[in-house]
Amino acid sequence: MIEKRKSKRGAFLALVCIAAVLALVVVLENLSTFLGAGSVPAILLPTSQLFIVLKKGAVYALVAVSMNLLNGFTGLFSLGQAGFMLLGAYTYAILTVPMSAKDTVYYLYGGSAVPFSLPDLFGGADTAPGLVLGVLLAIVLGGLVAAFFAWLIGLPVLRLKSDYLAIATLGFAEIIRAVFQWQALGPVTNGANMITQIPTFSSFNITDESGAVVLRLSTFFPFLIAIVCITVIVLLIDSSYGRAFKAIREDEVAAEAMGIDLAKHKRLAFCISSFFAGVGGALFAMYASNAQAKVYTSTMTYELLLIVVIGGIGSVSGSCIATFLYVACSEWWLRFLDSELIFSSTTDPKRITFILIFAAAVLCGAILLTRRERKGEGKMWKAALVWLAALLLLGWLAYFVIAGELKVPLVRDGFRMVVFSIIIMIVVLFFRRGLMGDKELPDLFRKLARRKAGVRHG
Amino acid sequence: MQLLISTLIFGISAGGQYALIAIGYTMVYGILRLINFAHGDVFMVAGLMGIYLSAALPLYLALPLVLVLTVALGFCIERAAYKPLRASPRMSVMISAIGVSYLLQNTATYVTGGQPMTYPTLPFLGDTVTIAGTSIKWAVVLTPFLVAALVLVLTQLIDHTKVGLAMRAVAKDFETSQLMGIKINNVISMTFVIGSALAAVGSMLYFTTYPAIVPTAGAMPGLKAFVAAVFGGIGSIPGAVIGAFLIGICENFVKILPFEGATTFVDAFTFALLIVVLIFKPTGLFGEKATDKV
Amino acid sequence: MKAKKVLALALSCSLALAALAGCSSSGSEGEAPATGSGSASGENVIRIGMFEPSTGDSASGGKKEMLGMQYANSETPTVTLGDVEYTIELVPADNGSTTDKAPTAASQLVSQGVSLVLGSYGSGVSIAGGPVFGEAGIPAIGVTCTNPNVTAGNDYYFRICFLDPFQGTVLANFAVDKFDAEVAYCLGEAGNEYDQGLIAYFTQAFEAAGGTVITDSFTTNNSDFNSYLNKARSEGADVIFTPVSIAYATQIITQAASLGIDIPFLGSDTLDDNMVLEAASGTDIQLYVSTFYQEGGDPEFDAGIKEYINTASGALEANGGNDTIAAVTAMGYDAYYVALEAIKAAGSSDPAAIKAALWDVEYDGVSGHIAFDDVNGDAVRDTAYIKHSTNDGAWELETVQTVAEQ
Repeated sequence: MIEKRKSKRGAFLALVCIAAVLALVVVLENLSTFLGAGSVPAILLPTSQLFIVLKKGAVYALVAVSMNLLNGFTGLFSLGQAGFMLLGAYTYAILTVPMSAKDTVYYLYGGSAVPFSLPDLFGGADTAPGLVLGVLLAIVLGGLVAAFFAWLIGLPVLRLKSDYLAIATLGFAEIIRAVFQWQALGPVTNGANMITQIPTFSSFNITDESGAVVLRLSTFFPFLIAIVCITVIVLLIDSSYGRAFKAIREDEVAAEAMGIDLAKHKRLAFCISSFFAGVGGALFAMYASNAQAKVYTSTMTYELLLIVVIGGIGSVSGSCIATFLYVACSEWWLRFLDSELIFSSTTDPKRITFILIFAAAVLCGAILLTRRERKGEGKMWKAALVWLAALLLLGWLAYFVIAGELKVPLVRDGFRMVVFSIIIMIVVLFFRRGLMGDKELPDLFRKLARRKAGVRHG
Repeated sequence: MQLLISTLIFGISAGGQYALIAIGYTMVYGILRLINFAHGDVFMVAGLMGIYLSAALPLYLALPLVLVLTVALGFCIERAAYKPLRASPRMSVMISAIGVSYLLQNTATYVTGGQPMTYPTLPFLGDTVTIAGTSIKWAVVLTPFLVAALVLVLTQLIDHTKVGLAMRAVAKDFETSQLMGIKINNVISMTFVIGSALAAVGSMLYFTTYPAIVPTAGAMPGLKAFVAAVFGGIGSIPGAVIGAFLIGICENFVKILPFEGATTFVDAFTFALLIVVLIFKPTGLFGEKATDKV
Repeated sequence: MKAKKVLALALSCSLALAALAGCSSSGSEGEAPATGSGSASGENVIRIGMFEPSTGDSASGGKKEMLGMQYANSETPTVTLGDVEYTIELVPADNGSTTDKAPTAASQLVSQGVSLVLGSYGSGVSIAGGPVFGEAGIPAIGVTCTNPNVTAGNDYYFRICFLDPFQGTVLANFAVDKFDAEVAYCLGEAGNEYDQGLIAYFTQAFEAAGGTVITDSFTTNNSDFNSYLNKARSEGADVIFTPVSIAYATQIITQAASLGIDIPFLGSDTLDDNMVLEAASGTDIQLYVSTFYQEGGDPEFDAGIKEYINTASGALEANGGNDTIAAVTAMGYDAYYVALEAIKAAGSSDPAAIKAALWDVEYDGVSGHIAFDDVNGDAVRDTAYIKHSTNDGAWELETVQTVAEQ
């Protein structure tokens, strides 16, 4: 009885949190419309990178969670996510290109072989019902197509174990990509050309007659879809199916002995994961405002896998947090490293910040490395080597300070990605269980609350 | 007819190149059960080092130095990125490998500034010779023989030396061999040293034949080599080599198929072949049968 | 364990802080930006975005295109509107040559308050970045992106180069006129809209002239072209058409040289690059490319840009190690001046005014006369230069080809 009430309270709290997040997104995006563009900080302008990152983050979070369902909760090591995203993206794009744009989009093939467009069937993409119904239907169909292909290949492929399954699904994604790049299918897939002029997130902004935006919903929409899908996944994980998935992850033989139908459950997990990957792919096409096969490569799958592992294998909230950190870090926060950094004066606060942060990073890194060594066999010379390197770096810093140089060395195009991959390596090596392990956010709050309660009692 | 013969020659040569990389993959997998995604990028870095070093030093110094540095790189990657994770789940180690591959590619982009680099012409290896009406480079002719010799040496090493015995023991059972007093870390380092040395030799032959290097140059040969290793039954050196030759030859024949658009599926064909083989022989052509332990 | 986690956390926090510090410096508009060269604080500044790849597959071309803009900027760093002198500042953003990174790169430019955008090298990224500029109301001028879909359906995208249909037709006509070619072998990257688009138009024109075309494609990151080239020879091709990106082109040319292929190669504007030229030099390969500009077309510009490439820091590496002028550099140079004309005509740095003014801008650049049509904002151009490699490291003008109707 108490348990039940608790879970009810939990569900209510979760709902409130979701509503709060959605409301926050809407408010953030519309502040500039309500208050006027001049009165809000630059970061809240609708064209700010913040919103682009939020949009991409929402899309990637959904795909990362769907990948986590398979890799983290069911223990099936699949690398086919990009392929299923591609299926979703193309299904969405093919079905939503407006009739009026078909000739320009499919200009190499003299028009499309698909003689209808979903938004147009419901009254056109510029009317509210046409847009909402058409887009939603196309997104769901994108998911279904991905799930159907997962069902098709699931039977033979899922018999394979761990790494063999990984390479087989990776191969499947490559095959899918080749099919969609095949010129002979051009009238449907547009061959190598991208399918453009599809409804995007910005189509959901509400405008008045003059075309001025009244209410911006372009960030709200991907958040809404992603949150609904992730909620469904979470509910699934908590259901009896989810428990069966986890049992399979822990021990296949034991799970089978307990009466779990391995083949059925594996296939189910594979199809569901692919469905949401397909939905994610459709959203990605909306985000990128086009669908093109050459984007959905194995690199994309690796990126998603990195996100899942950084967030914590088997943690939904971990995947979500890691997604936003990953996207923001790689595409926003570190961008300043791509062009020369020149400080305008020796006492420029930015220069001082740079010096302090650099020193702190070197010291922390050195301590980290030596502590790790001491735990093992504790070889003195290794610690000495680390400290020597640290001293050299600090020495260079001292030189930088004394010489009063204004230009940070090494910083030029391409440096951002080097720094970013180093950060990734640090996270992978020092947070072995990911940011969240297999815990969820509520678990952490509960732990905090318990600790507080403990303090009060003590 | 002449087209078929020359395609066969190109296929064998491509297969030989893949084989050199595939051996590195299969040895590491046999011992660590780790798909070393960074291996293809080590191969690319070896190529870049070849370019930069041969610009600064005479070739007879530069090439041995490339070999030494590549081996050092492989060794350091293992110590820095894989060894600390030995007790972690296998997926973490694989992510670490993906991270290293990411780091190597991005660093290469940074260093080269994104420009394609041209590999220097090596004396003799870069000269052309005409066989069966097809003019090809000596590197192409030599690769299969070199691979065959290497396989012979490696199998001897594994079957008849103490290091080889230790490798086989570690591959069979990690923990037990540790209990028997085998220095696991040394054995693993040895594997990486051999793998990297082969990658360095492979890079010299490969980039002599295909001389433009971009930061992703290692990705495709790396993936193909891995597929070859899986194909032949991962963990088995002769299997990997046979797999590599099969893939190289098949791939080149797909390239000359007379159907319009067939060439879009060169890579797809390789993967389709792999999936079919895996479905019928889940552990590859020459792989050991894995049994479930209850 | 605990201490280690704390330390690791501290380390990543400090890195994240560094990142934030940087983002606040590049993100905030009012103060002088820490990025960009020659940032002038406190003066009147107009920012022009360079939306170009400096990493990824097209990095080589993107950097060369930027060189032209930077040279033009060093030549004319200011513009006078009314009585006020404005400094022009070029803001780069790397789109990484991939369409999934293009929207964030585009939004970086938007958030830095650029009035106008130039670029990108590569049509795909331009199409992907276009809607972001459109939404922000900032006009963009495509410099060498030749795919029709860049400007079609996007009011805010203009372009100063010719289009794929034109280029494909020019090359097909050239193949027929010069070599009496009957069989053409086309080789492009699978899934690359640039390669496949050009091949489609080439095929159309070539078949219309009575020839037959054999089309093959290779997969991304492929480096073994021997079998393809051999197939072209055994099929009896009279020309080989390879509109591929620079890295593939160098591979194809070197492998063809070692195979002893004597069939002439036709290439598109991407092959007009000194890396390709280097690959062909010292061989017997016959290499013809169509392009926007021929070195020697404007001696004054040639001398100036060569000096810039040899003296400016990093310019020589960006140009691939020598001072051969790429056509994209000339195009970048012209694009900058077209942008200046538009700003002058608009009389302000307001993007909307610039966009309105762009339709009527006309400019005589080093690559010829530039004007925009009033349908999509495409350049009105009917001339392409076709040049061939002399195989000792230089291009020689072959012919100037025009097509009556596009």
